[in-house]
Amino acid sequence: MIVEKNEHLAIRAGDDVVRARQAVRALALQAGFSLVDQTKIITAASEIARNTLDYGGGGELTLELLRDGARRGLRLTFVDQGPGIANIELALQDGYTTGNGLGLGLSGAKRLSNDFSIDTKPGAGTKITLARWK
Amino acid sequence: MEQIPILKIGDCLLVSIQVDMHDRLAMALQDDLTSKIVATHARGVMIDISALEIVDSFIGRMLNNIAAMSRILDAVTVVVGMQPAVAITLVELGLALTGVKTALNVDKGLELIRRVIDDEEGQVDRREE
Repeated sequence: MIVEKNEHLAIRAGDDVVRARQAVRALALQAGFSLVDQTKIITAASEIARNTLDYGGGGELTLELLRDGARRGLRLTFVDQGPGIANIELALQDGYTTGNGLGLGLSGAKRLSNDFSIDTKPGAGTKITLARWK
Repeated sequence: MEQIPILKIGDCLLVSIQVDMHDRLAMALQDDLTSKIVATHARGVMIDISALEIVDSFIGRMLNNIAAMSRILDAVTVVVGMQPAVAITLVELGLALTGVKTALNVDKGLELIRRVIDDEEGQVDRREE
């Protein structure tokens, strides 16, 4: 698997969530994603970027344009130094939230991605990686 | 401060979301619309989202909230113009927008608003008879 391109973006304020969506859209276009695939990964990115800001206290997004043989894909990695997630299984349940959202961010983003992983420990921040392939 | 314009047409309010909204702007629109429904005695609210490339759970919640608040204030909300890719993504995300009336375009949205208002007035008339 080759990383053809990578970009970094800080997520510190509400405007950065919009910027993250726009950066994901631009790379999804370069990867040749269909409109539906673009919409899915932008939506997933929007959910996780908001979580990084609201729950993680801000963090960083790394975007990577991938090539694996004939396949092209987009991998997004969100890292924050926030409180971490104590119970991942619970956090991934539809409708579960510790904030005032709908509790669909994590579970929905997972459904919208082909690959999805969470690396977190209470007090040690959260790293969420998601990818979608063409 | 940016603001999303709300147009009044007869007894309806029309909002066309043309920008990629950050969350604060979405919350401001929700508050503005609610105040405007009361101030103008609007009976219908139409929200055109044909220019929106995504609807995530935050925007979805805003649409749900606007529909619920307008219902309490005796107005009906119709969301129009959702792109097919957005609809597919919303369902997979897990947000069915069950409380929100939708129509394909502005014309059909206005028809739906009229029909709902006329139905409700018909019921009131029948009760008074």
